[in-house]
Amino acid sequence: MKKSHIFVMAIIAVAAAIILSTTADASVYVGFGEARQRAAEGNTTKVHVVGKLLRDSQKRPIGLEYDPMTDPNYFAFTLVDTNRVAQRVVYNNPKPQDFDASEQVVITGSMKGQVFMADNILLKCPSKYVKKDLKGATASAK
Amino acid sequence: MNLLIGNIGHLSVIIAFAAALVAAYSYFQASRGRALGETDASWLRIARGAFFVHGAAVLSVVVCLFNIIHAHRYEYYYAWSHSSNHLPVQYMISCFWEGQEGSFLLWIFWHVVLGAFIIRYNRKWEAPVMAVFSGVQLFLVSMILGVVLGGVKVGSSPFILLRDFLTDLPVFKMNPDFVPKDGTGLNALLQNYWMVIHPPTLFLGFALTLVPFAFAIAGLWKKELTAWVKPALPWTLIGGGVLGVGVVMGAYWAYETLNFGGYWNWDPVENAVYIPWLVLVASLHGMVLWQKRRLGLRTSFALVVATFILILYATFLTRSGVLGNASVHSFTDLGLSGQLLIYLGAFTVLAVALLVWRWKEIPVSEKELNAYNPELWVFVGATVLCLGAFQVLFTTSIPVYNALMGLIGIKTNVALPADQIAHYSKMQLWMGVFVALLSGLAQIMWWQRNDKTTLVNSLTAPSLLSLLGTALVVLLVRYNSLTISPAYVVLVLAGLFGVLANFGTIFTLLRRGVRLSGGAVAHLGIALMLLGILASSGYSKIISRNVSGLLYSREFTEELNRDNVLLWRNETAPMHGYELTYTGQYFDVPGVPGYVDKQFLFRTDDDYRAIARAPIASEGKTYYKTGDTLDILPENTYYRITYKDQKSGEQFVLYPRAQVNEEMGGLLASPAIKKFWGHDIYSHISSVLDPRKEKTWSEAKEHILSVGDTIFLNDYFAVFRAIEPAHETAGLNLQKGDLALQADMIVSGEKRQYHAHPVFVVRNRMVGRVPDEVEDLGVRLSLNAIDPTAGKFTFAVSTTQKDYVILKAMEKPFINLLWSGTLLMALGFGLSLRQRGRKDTPVEPTTDAQSQPSNRNTRPQPAVG
Repeated sequence: MKKSHIFVMAIIAVAAAIILSTTADASVYVGFGEARQRAAEGNTTKVHVVGKLLRDSQKRPIGLEYDPMTDPNYFAFTLVDTNRVAQRVVYNNPKPQDFDASEQVVITGSMKGQVFMADNILLKCPSKYVKKDLKGATASAK
Repeated sequence: MNLLIGNIGHLSVIIAFAAALVAAYSYFQASRGRALGETDASWLRIARGAFFVHGAAVLSVVVCLFNIIHAHRYEYYYAWSHSSNHLPVQYMISCFWEGQEGSFLLWIFWHVVLGAFIIRYNRKWEAPVMAVFSGVQLFLVSMILGVVLGGVKVGSSPFILLRDFLTDLPVFKMNPDFVPKDGTGLNALLQNYWMVIHPPTLFLGFALTLVPFAFAIAGLWKKELTAWVKPALPWTLIGGGVLGVGVVMGAYWAYETLNFGGYWNWDPVENAVYIPWLVLVASLHGMVLWQKRRLGLRTSFALVVATFILILYATFLTRSGVLGNASVHSFTDLGLSGQLLIYLGAFTVLAVALLVWRWKEIPVSEKELNAYNPELWVFVGATVLCLGAFQVLFTTSIPVYNALMGLIGIKTNVALPADQIAHYSKMQLWMGVFVALLSGLAQIMWWQRNDKTTLVNSLTAPSLLSLLGTALVVLLVRYNSLTISPAYVVLVLAGLFGVLANFGTIFTLLRRGVRLSGGAVAHLGIALMLLGILASSGYSKIISRNVSGLLYSREFTEELNRDNVLLWRNETAPMHGYELTYTGQYFDVPGVPGYVDKQFLFRTDDDYRAIARAPIASEGKTYYKTGDTLDILPENTYYRITYKDQKSGEQFVLYPRAQVNEEMGGLLASPAIKKFWGHDIYSHISSVLDPRKEKTWSEAKEHILSVGDTIFLNDYFAVFRAIEPAHETAGLNLQKGDLALQADMIVSGEKRQYHAHPVFVVRNRMVGRVPDEVEDLGVRLSLNAIDPTAGKFTFAVSTTQKDYVILKAMEKPFINLLWSGTLLMALGFGLSLRQRGRKDTPVEPTTDAQSQPSNRNTRPQPAVG
């Protein structure tokens, strides 16, 4: 066997290792039902959950708990996933600014006991990126 | 309403498109069936003319678009959505490329500039290379074409009118000529000097990758399989330097402006530039190997082509919307996915097909490399870079796999790794290790004749010293009661070896009077960057841990990351060797150095103007007198935090800011950074009382007082000192015949005393009251009634939530190694470029054994004179 063949095989081996390791690290989008099931099976890997906030008739989110005076690093809320399963979520960080306005919330983390411990929150806000409303313009049109 | 400029612009886009088509076809015809350099003169003339017209049209598009922004022509969607009346001129340049269309335009513009260089200086290669250039321009211009062909929208024009974009708005039905008075403004995050220079740098880097690609394609087409490397190499070199600097500029902007706590977040948008850069650098090594040692031509071909395809892929990733939720800051989806895919597909198929067709004819070196050949190690190094790029590419593409599976009807739910930073770091770390080791080894070996003795001699010193240095680093880390993982130890060792070996090479070459080696300088820079990244990211320490001693038992009792502290206004809190005090909110006032206390500013109906309530002075110079109107920048509120070192007593002030940014979802925090030579202190606001919301005041409580009385207000005591005629108070507009009185109330706060001046006005028998607020204390006083006979004054007191900030602070050790390493790297690229041309012929290391001085055993032995 030529040296170059050994070299090529080494490259393939490393590439394969990279693919395997990425597959192992890759997370999944699941609902809270599956997240609970995973926790019950002792699987502590972190998952992604997409959901919405519970809102009252005035579109205000309900069940948000954040009191910076007691603990600035404790924020709890209830998220309803796409299968309409509601779950209490705890986030050990300050409440993200404009959490209330978010249309969709993506959290990563895992179930711990009765709550879902989130270590990352991604917010999708209605006004993000595309300017569609002419609020400013119509105001100045008067 | 000015429709002319938009029409000129749009017409120019169409001309640029048509001219690119003519140029591509004519250049193709000029070169078809002919050997390199024997071009058909008449086709060439047409082609050049067409490219010239194309260039002129592109310039015209640029001028029109800039005029629309600069003249605030809000009838155009681009100006309305990216600019506003208050935007300073330098940021109008950033508006230009904030939108997707403008950034395509910037890219097109750079291609025109580079194309002009090639027409001027590479006559021999002009026809085939420019055929590729014009083809690329054709695709790029199509992205901003904005015409509908057979029911299909081709491209998105930057000259679209607001009324054509927001067709549903009732205002346009009533008045089609309606023009908004103001735009919605440039995303305030991008109002930063880095955003003026970072995008042009990055797109210049993107554009530069086209040059070696076009040369490689031309070489394949014209069967000049070896000659293309020489003219293409300097462009690859510039591209590597420019793109590398562009990537780090982006990182520096993120460090200064975003609040994720560092400079690199492995966001797909960042990765999309990082991946092609790694492959570009690998291709540079391949081309140097061929140019100097006649090796690795096939590798060079493959990597040059791969670099360009990866640039196209990156463009597709960031602009097609395929990333969806995966990225925090990708471009708006303009519905160009199809066009982008065709662009990517066309050039991938063309290039790969050409490469396969000629593959067998590309010369290969007969020389079998062994471990004593530096070429082998350069080759291994390039492979490592490619593997590193592959790793990032494979993970970043996860959203694409979902989209692909969705196309064939299978629903998949794969997500990016939950902890991306850990995922990428653990693998990229090993790429760093090999890059540092191999760069040191190959640099030493490159300049000398290698056998067992010389190799041992030249490697002993850097190896021993780096081992020693690593031992020292491990001890120091332990001494500071931190831990160091085995992988980190290896990276320290490799990094130190890279630094010492490259430094040794530079030193030896200089001493031997050879020249300053650009390669060694660039590699030294890279090794320093690696050490800087290891120290600043691996040992980034959160210093804002909650040290109040209170642990609130909630669901968990275990140790959790409590990385944020609450600071009450004017109350000092201890934090990791510092005493922190939050002392109020400030604004940026153009023309006044530093920031101005919000309490000195009386806000008016115009958000961008305020009236001074006290003299605005800085360092002894008064900029505005009481009552003056001044301009302010209201988007950013700066929170003044004083840091006092508990040991040395030294103080510094940081102003982390919160920015009202509707586009990014409301309120956005940006850090403030204090730079020391050995570390940075990085702090940002995690949460504040929303500056956009009106304060809620408690119900007013009345007190009837006489002059000299003392009362308690919200835990502070206050003395009613005097009643006096009101001065010309801000915003009051006192007129003749008005009776205006103000009370002087001295409130004692934690730090100092405050004068509150509630005003009582009688105008035309109407009573008016102007309350006064002590923002520091969260108290508002109003003088409600005056009983002149009894000498009694009725005050209403209300209180509000006391102001606070929640702060996160970090220490980033030795981050300056990263920035200075980057500068060295850029310098190295520059030096190499300057030295090119002087040593074009392949040089074999001299084998003159007698020139090897035998008395110097431990030093590297350069052999190239």
